[in-house]
Amino acid sequence: MDDLRELYQEIILDHNKNPKNFGDLPEANHQAEGYNPLCGDRVNLYLKLENDKIQDVRFKGSGCAISKAAASVMTTEIKGKTVDEAKQLFKKFQKVITGEVDADAHSAELGKLVVFAGVRQFPVRVKCAALAWHTLLAAFEDERKTVSTE
Amino acid sequence: MEELIDTLVVERPRVRRSAAFDVNKIRADFPILQQKVNGCQLVYLDNAASSQKPRAVIEATNRYYQSQNANIHRGVHFLSGLATELYEETRRKVETFLNAHSEREIVFVRGTTEAVNLVAFSYGRKYIKADDEIIISTMEHHSNIVPWQLFCEMSGAKLRVIPISDEGEIIFEEYQKLFNPRTRFVSVVHISNSLGTINPVKKMIEFAHAHSVPVLLDGAQAAPHLRVDIQELDCDFFAFSGHKIFGPTGVGVLYAKEELLQKMPPYQGGGDMIKSVSFEKTTYNDLPHKFEAGTPNIAGVVGLGAALDYVLGIGYDAIHRHELGLLQYATEALSAIDGLRIIGTAKEKASVVSFVIDGLHPHDIGTVLDRYGIAVRTGHHCTQPVMQRFNVPATTRASFVFYNTREEIDRLVEGIHHAIRMLS
Repeated sequence: MDDLRELYQEIILDHNKNPKNFGDLPEANHQAEGYNPLCGDRVNLYLKLENDKIQDVRFKGSGCAISKAAASVMTTEIKGKTVDEAKQLFKKFQKVITGEVDADAHSAELGKLVVFAGVRQFPVRVKCAALAWHTLLAAFEDERKTVSTE
Repeated sequence: MEELIDTLVVERPRVRRSAAFDVNKIRADFPILQQKVNGCQLVYLDNAASSQKPRAVIEATNRYYQSQNANIHRGVHFLSGLATELYEETRRKVETFLNAHSEREIVFVRGTTEAVNLVAFSYGRKYIKADDEIIISTMEHHSNIVPWQLFCEMSGAKLRVIPISDEGEIIFEEYQKLFNPRTRFVSVVHISNSLGTINPVKKMIEFAHAHSVPVLLDGAQAAPHLRVDIQELDCDFFAFSGHKIFGPTGVGVLYAKEELLQKMPPYQGGGDMIKSVSFEKTTYNDLPHKFEAGTPNIAGVVGLGAALDYVLGIGYDAIHRHELGLLQYATEALSAIDGLRIIGTAKEKASVVSFVIDGLHPHDIGTVLDRYGIAVRTGHHCTQPVMQRFNVPATTRASFVFYNTREEIDRLVEGIHHAIRMLS
């Protein structure tokens, strides 16, 4: 059951229970909703982008521990990064969770994201870990300047 | 050809007495149950999604492709005759199995989903018009919602939905209230796949018929668990899937009253559903072939025949007794787990237990259970309106059939405790 322990690490369970950057972001100027129709996981992502830089990010939603923790850790890692940097990070993250590259070899760039390396043992859960990131890409494309908080 | 069919002795297995029920002997008939998953003996509790196949079904399908395969209804050669005979023999088996009035009422389809679509787009197109109303229930599988929505979009008809109680039962008075002069059709699930509720379909059919409204029963979950007697139920349409009743995937049955099938236009056009074709006029084939366009899933039908024989060989009385025991045992054992809540607590239930656990998401539970070799379904079970009704995003569902055991339920409970420890 070592692979289960690796998947459900303490850090992941902590982020699931006490997610970072959880809630509304009234000053958001980009947003997107991510939904996994297969399992019902839902992520709403709010971004404040300025000069291509992620000034602030928050999320809401419900889902499994992996999807929620992935959203939480993602927000902590992308805050302050440029859109391109975040996109590059997702590419690396994707390779790690699908087992294409070894997490240890990229630990410096991945930061806290390395905790999701265990997902590679669970191919059906890859989509859970990637949901928030796909939502992020959609939010980048979102053209709205302001998000109604009414 | 006709002679060949006529000389076949039609078994009447529904009256066959079953031998003493021995679950270990039954399990030995299912090769897949013998294997290990993730190093643990497989515990297969996802039967409501698809059940496993006994050797008899696997062999019948193999045999068909090894030595009996040809197209049906159109060849003069030996194999075509043999394949036709096997195909039509299964139709008579289904007729007996359902206690239908005639084999002309048995249409082979891909599964329950296609059966519902067939009824919506054949019967519906002819008899249900704009502003007419179709009644379904809150606990329908998406396959008994979406075809009707598509039909309503096309025709301007309206869907009315029977509400369900906190226990997951149809509220009969609310059902009665939905009837009005525009009510044209009732399409309801016999047994709910996500809640396990056995609906009072006989009463519902009687009420609908008193208003001259025909009823379709989605019997996908009913057929594997209880004896279906069409003549007793008097439903107008009944649909079930092969793969949920220990048969192959990609094959299913639509039963429909002959007088309705006669009046209904074809669902799909193609070969085998016609008597003659010219560019001026095409004459449709007799029942039930009018509704079976193209080469059907012959091997699947043959396998389905073997599956029905197998189920009737065990007998529904024995099946019911065993499954009821499992349901009670599982309900008690699961209820004893701290923070676990069962969704679907109807008085009349099939052996399906859906549950949620405080603070744990079903997918995480499912992943942990899988690592212990336990297969359950997690998610919305294609019944999103049920999830909304109970205000949960998803549930974990364990569904039992006659080859499951109390020891497997013990393994499930143990697995859930592992999950709670690991995820909290």
